[in-house]
Amino acid sequence: MAKVTINNERCKGCGLCVSACMKGVLELSTEETNKSGYFPVYQARPDACIGCAACAVMCPDCVIEVER
Amino acid sequence: MAKIFTKTKMLTDNVLHYCPGCTHGIAHRLVAEVLEEIGAEGNCIGVAPVGCAVFAYNYFNCDIQEAAHGRAPAVATGIKRVHPDKIVFAYQGDGDLASIGMAETVHAAARGEKFTTIFINNSIYGMTGGQMAPTTLVGQKATTCVYGRDPKFNGNPIRVSEMLATLDGPSYIARVALYDVKHVTEAKKAIRKAFQHQIEGKGFSMVEILSSCPTNWGLSPLAALDWVKNESTKTFPLGVFKEI
Amino acid sequence: MKKLLKGNEAIAEAAIRGGCRFFAGYPITPQNEIPEYLSWRLREVGGEFVQAESEVAAINMVYGAGGAGARAMTSSSSPGISLKQEGISYIACAEIPCVIVNMVRSGPGLGGIQPAQGDYFQATKGGGHGDYHLLVYGPATVQECVDILYNAFDVSEKYRTPVMILGDGMLGQIMEAVELPEMKDLTKLPAKPWATDGTGVGEKRRIINSLYIEPDDMEVVIKRLYARYDEIKRNECKAETYKTEDAEIILTAYGTVGRIAKSAVNILRSKGIKAGLLRPITLYPFPDYEYAKLADKAEVKEFVDIELCMGQMIEDVKLALNGKKPVRFFGRLGGNVMSAEDIVDFVLGEVK
Repeated sequence: MAKVTINNERCKGCGLCVSACMKGVLELSTEETNKSGYFPVYQARPDACIGCAACAVMCPDCVIEVER
Repeated sequence: MAKIFTKTKMLTDNVLHYCPGCTHGIAHRLVAEVLEEIGAEGNCIGVAPVGCAVFAYNYFNCDIQEAAHGRAPAVATGIKRVHPDKIVFAYQGDGDLASIGMAETVHAAARGEKFTTIFINNSIYGMTGGQMAPTTLVGQKATTCVYGRDPKFNGNPIRVSEMLATLDGPSYIARVALYDVKHVTEAKKAIRKAFQHQIEGKGFSMVEILSSCPTNWGLSPLAALDWVKNESTKTFPLGVFKEI
Repeated sequence: MKKLLKGNEAIAEAAIRGGCRFFAGYPITPQNEIPEYLSWRLREVGGEFVQAESEVAAINMVYGAGGAGARAMTSSSSPGISLKQEGISYIACAEIPCVIVNMVRSGPGLGGIQPAQGDYFQATKGGGHGDYHLLVYGPATVQECVDILYNAFDVSEKYRTPVMILGDGMLGQIMEAVELPEMKDLTKLPAKPWATDGTGVGEKRRIINSLYIEPDDMEVVIKRLYARYDEIKRNECKAETYKTEDAEIILTAYGTVGRIAKSAVNILRSKGIKAGLLRPITLYPFPDYEYAKLADKAEVKEFVDIELCMGQMIEDVKLALNGKKPVRFFGRLGGNVMSAEDIVDFVLGEVK
């Protein structure tokens, strides 16, 4: 059981977290931007998350919180 | 469930001004996490540079002095001499540290000033728009060497860590990179070690961090990380160059 | 009890007694006795001395140490002070108190090592880039050096404005008997809540900075600095007047030239000429009210401005006189120093 919380408004949509995730949990949104105009990351497959925190480790903007 | 990853309290809540995918943000976080882990909260003074990290004082949750371009080691020297019991660190980019501030860097290291320098090497002047840096790789394009750096016209990149390691003043000099999870984890260990050297009063400590600049390199954030992995490390090999 | 001290050493000892606990400097003639003295003396009082790699580094060490709360000082001479200007501008904007001593030599360029006053513009008009001033003193005797240095940190901290002492090689090398004041008790100084002592966290953290990207923010800072200069002008302006009560010719000069001019006043008086001296002690803010007072006196016929340069202070003198009285200029250059007799000859129109 693991949970990722994403702070949408801090996200700049760089995608470093997406490629860091081994389980394919994360994707960049393609339709809705945040207030800054970025396409933020979202959890496409939240059930696959194992809580390894690789996404958070690679995030340059402290967007992601991980619980396990 | 327990929180296993959350933003360190040694970073403020301000949104970082860096471009998307710029690894300055990771470096900030690692330094701040280490500061929290070593108990530097309320016990620490930072020095911000001129360059992309000029607003570092908005992000680190501690007392900070903003230095003139290249003078962070001199400012940090003054601070540490006045407060030898406090953790003092300078955060500098490659133009700041290795070009305009090289003299201050070399002499602070030679004197063995007991503060820690975080040196962000992204091989370019980011804030001013992508000019050639002292660390720009041979062949790398920049706005002041548009055909790629040619040693015949533009000189050669400087390997700062190797150079400082020849001095007697430094106690810990390492070069790390931030291109994947494993290396980010190793970078944090090196940063922690550098601060540990400061706490033990061993001498000048510095961690050179190979960082990416997607905007000025003209690459996507991911491609920029690959470039650090495949190109930057050829000129700037990772490793510990001095440890006493 | 009076002690016989060289000007440079007296400056160093007075700074220590005034609370100086950090010094960074770089060798340059004619001020070397200051760092030499402080290199051992600071250690005795638990302070820090750094021989920096350059004047640029030295002033930035002062930025760091002063910003961290210490009473910090640097000294140099003209070309070295030019190198420090970037840092001085940052210090002025970041409102860091500190003391900068300039034992002026001749210039431009590498110039010479003999006394000169060619750095007046640099010292009083700002010196580095941007809109700022320093509080500038031009002492004339070793005792005056001691008195000014002893209180320089208090004044600098009170107004959070860097203080500059403008001397020269003659003042630095001359030996005079001086009365040294008691060591100041540093535990009784006012607190510095703005200083980065490392304890700041969250809302309470201190940021020493001179970067203001928003024009409105920068405007506020500059206006604050200038309001402070007005306050300094009201409270700290100093000048010496000598035999001006009935004077018809007012000699005006600062620093070592001021004392030579004083001798000239006495010689002129012995020749039956009613001469007097107006010697500014603060060069910025300039004591223009003293000039205005004398200019309004009917018996005052003219002013004679005497400097070791092509005439820099004379611009402030003319502004202060506002066209009310004529001003003649007499200067020597390149490290040459006029004698009192030279001044007398000039006043009497006997210069060939």
